[in-house]
Amino acid sequence: MIEANGLRKTYRARRGRKTTRVEAVRGVDFAVATGEIFGFLGPNGAGKTTTLRMLATLIRPDSGKATIAGADLLRDPREVRRRIGFVAQTSGTYTISTGRRDLVLQARMYGVPKTTAQRLAEKAIDAFQLRDFADREIGTYSGGQRRRLDVALGVIHSPQAIFLDEPTAGLDPPSRARMWQEVRRLRDEGMTIFLTTHYLAEADALCDRISIIDGGLIVAEGTPSDLKREISGDVVIVDMAAPGTEEMPEDTTMREARKLLAGEPFVHTSEVIDETLRLYVDSGATAIPQIIRTLNANGIEPGAIECRQPSLDDVFLAKTGRSLEE
Amino acid sequence: MKVLRDIWLIFQDEASQLVRHPKYLAIALIQPVCYLAFFTPFLKAVMATDGLSTYGDAYQVYVPGLFVGMGLFSGLFAGYGLLAALRQGVIDRCRVTPISRVGILLGRQLMHVIYLLWQAIVITVAATLFGLRVHPANLLLSYLMLGMMVLLSTSISYDIALFVRNEQTLGTLTNSLAQPLSLLAGVLIPLAIAPLWVRDVAEWNPFAWATNAMRALFKGQIGEPVVWQGALIVTAVAMAAVLLSSRLFSREVS
Repeated sequence: MIEANGLRKTYRARRGRKTTRVEAVRGVDFAVATGEIFGFLGPNGAGKTTTLRMLATLIRPDSGKATIAGADLLRDPREVRRRIGFVAQTSGTYTISTGRRDLVLQARMYGVPKTTAQRLAEKAIDAFQLRDFADREIGTYSGGQRRRLDVALGVIHSPQAIFLDEPTAGLDPPSRARMWQEVRRLRDEGMTIFLTTHYLAEADALCDRISIIDGGLIVAEGTPSDLKREISGDVVIVDMAAPGTEEMPEDTTMREARKLLAGEPFVHTSEVIDETLRLYVDSGATAIPQIIRTLNANGIEPGAIECRQPSLDDVFLAKTGRSLEE
Repeated sequence: MKVLRDIWLIFQDEASQLVRHPKYLAIALIQPVCYLAFFTPFLKAVMATDGLSTYGDAYQVYVPGLFVGMGLFSGLFAGYGLLAALRQGVIDRCRVTPISRVGILLGRQLMHVIYLLWQAIVITVAATLFGLRVHPANLLLSYLMLGMMVLLSTSISYDIALFVRNEQTLGTLTNSLAQPLSLLAGVLIPLAIAPLWVRDVAEWNPFAWATNAMRALFKGQIGEPVVWQGALIVTAVAMAAVLLSSRLFSREVS
C-alpha cells in the first residue's frame, strides 16, 4: 500500500547570514501492507513528521521515491491526495467554526456536491460519535473531542490510507484509549494506517508493525514482539538511590557499581539511566542474587531491584544508546 | 470549472466565518465613518479656494480617497490571516486535498474584496445622505477598481508574509509600505495640488492612478483618459500580483 525508497530531506535554516543545513530525513525505506497499522516510533526531531509530510504531498523530498495506494508520489501527487487522508499534529480547524461545518467543507474539498458532503458529514458524526458537540464552536471542545474531529476530517472521503501525526499527543489516558479504538476501527474497515508516535505504549499496543527512527534514519523495524525478542533474556533495573531516601546516589558510586556489574559474565550490556542501572541478562531470577552479592561485597547498598521483560524502550536503547522514556 | 469552484468554496467558508460573527462587520465600520465625519470638514475648509463649496463637493474628492486608503491598509493586513491559518494548520489541511492551490489563496483574497466592498457601500450610503451625488454606473466602476486594488494589496501582504513568516516583521514592513503608498496616492489631499516632483514619483504608484481615476468617476467625468488608464493599470498590476503571490505560495509553503 505504501512503499518508500531512500526518502531524504534537508532543510536550509537561516540564522542571520549563516545558512545551516539540517538533515531531517537521511534516506528511509519501508513498506506498509494493506490493512496494517504501521508506526514510526522515535523521539522529537527524529524525522517522523518530515517523513509523514513528504508522503502526504506537503513537502517535496530531495531524493528518493514512494508509491502510495498505487500512485507515484513525485509524478502524480494529485492522485495521491485523492487516495490518502492526513491528520497533522496541529489540528487545522478554526476555533470559531463548528465540527459539522468543517466536515462539510472538508468533503467538498474532495469535489463532492453539497448534499453528498452533508450526508458524509452526518455519517462521520455518527461513526466518531461527535453528535453531542458537532454544532458547537470548536474552541469549546476538549482535547479528545477535537482530536476525534481531526481524524473524522481526515477520513471523510474514505481514503485507502490515512496518515496520523502524533494522534494522541497531549491526550489524557481515557481519550488516548478512545483514539486507539477509533484507529483500530478504521483498520478493521480496511484502511491502511501510518502513524507517528513517541509513546512506547502506543507503538506497542496499537501498531502491527513499527519502524524505530532516530536522527533521520530507521534503526530497527519489525513487529513490536519481534523487536523485543531481539533483546533476549530479561532486564534487571537496579535503583541506586539509597534505601529509604530520596537522595540521588553519588556519581562515583554509580560509576563503580556499573563497572563492577558490567564485569560480571552474566551481564550482556549495561546502561545508566538517571539514578538507575539497566542490565541485560539471560535470566533475571539467577542474576539478582549475584548482583546483590557483588554490590554488597564492595560496600554498595542498592535501593531497589526490579526484573522485567524487555520493552520497546530497551530496543530503542540498544539501537541508539539512548532511552526514549521521560 | 474546477478552479472557480475551489475559489468559491474557500471564499464561502472564509466569508461565512465573518457573517457568523457580525460584531467584526460592525467594528470594521468605525474607522471609515470617523474619517468621513471628522476629516471631510477639514477638506472642505482647505479646498474652499479651489471651488469646493459644499459637503457634496468635498465627498466627491474624499470618498474615493477613503476607498483607496481602506483598500490599501486593510488589504495589507491580509498577511496576518494567512500566517494564522498556516500556523493553525488550516492551510495544510487544504493542501492535502485535491483542491486547487490557487483556490486556497484567491478564495481568501476574494473574501477581503467583498468585505471592503461592503464597507464601501456603507460609506457611499452615508455620504449620499450628506450630499454626495454620483452616477450609479460610475460608482459601479469605482467599486470594480476598488476590488482590483484589494487583490493587489492582499497579494503584496501575502508575499511579505510568506517571506518573513512572522507577524512582527510583517507589521513593520506593511506599515512602512502603506504610509508612502497612501501619501503618494493622494488619499487625504489630492495629488493635483502636490508639487510637481511628488506627482512625478506618484506616476509609479498604481494606487495613485486608481485614486485619480475614481475621483474623475465621482465627478462624472467618465470620458477622462485617466479613467481607462487607471482602470487598466490597476487591473494589470493586480493580475500580475495575484499570479506572483500564488506562484510564491506554491513554492514557499512546503
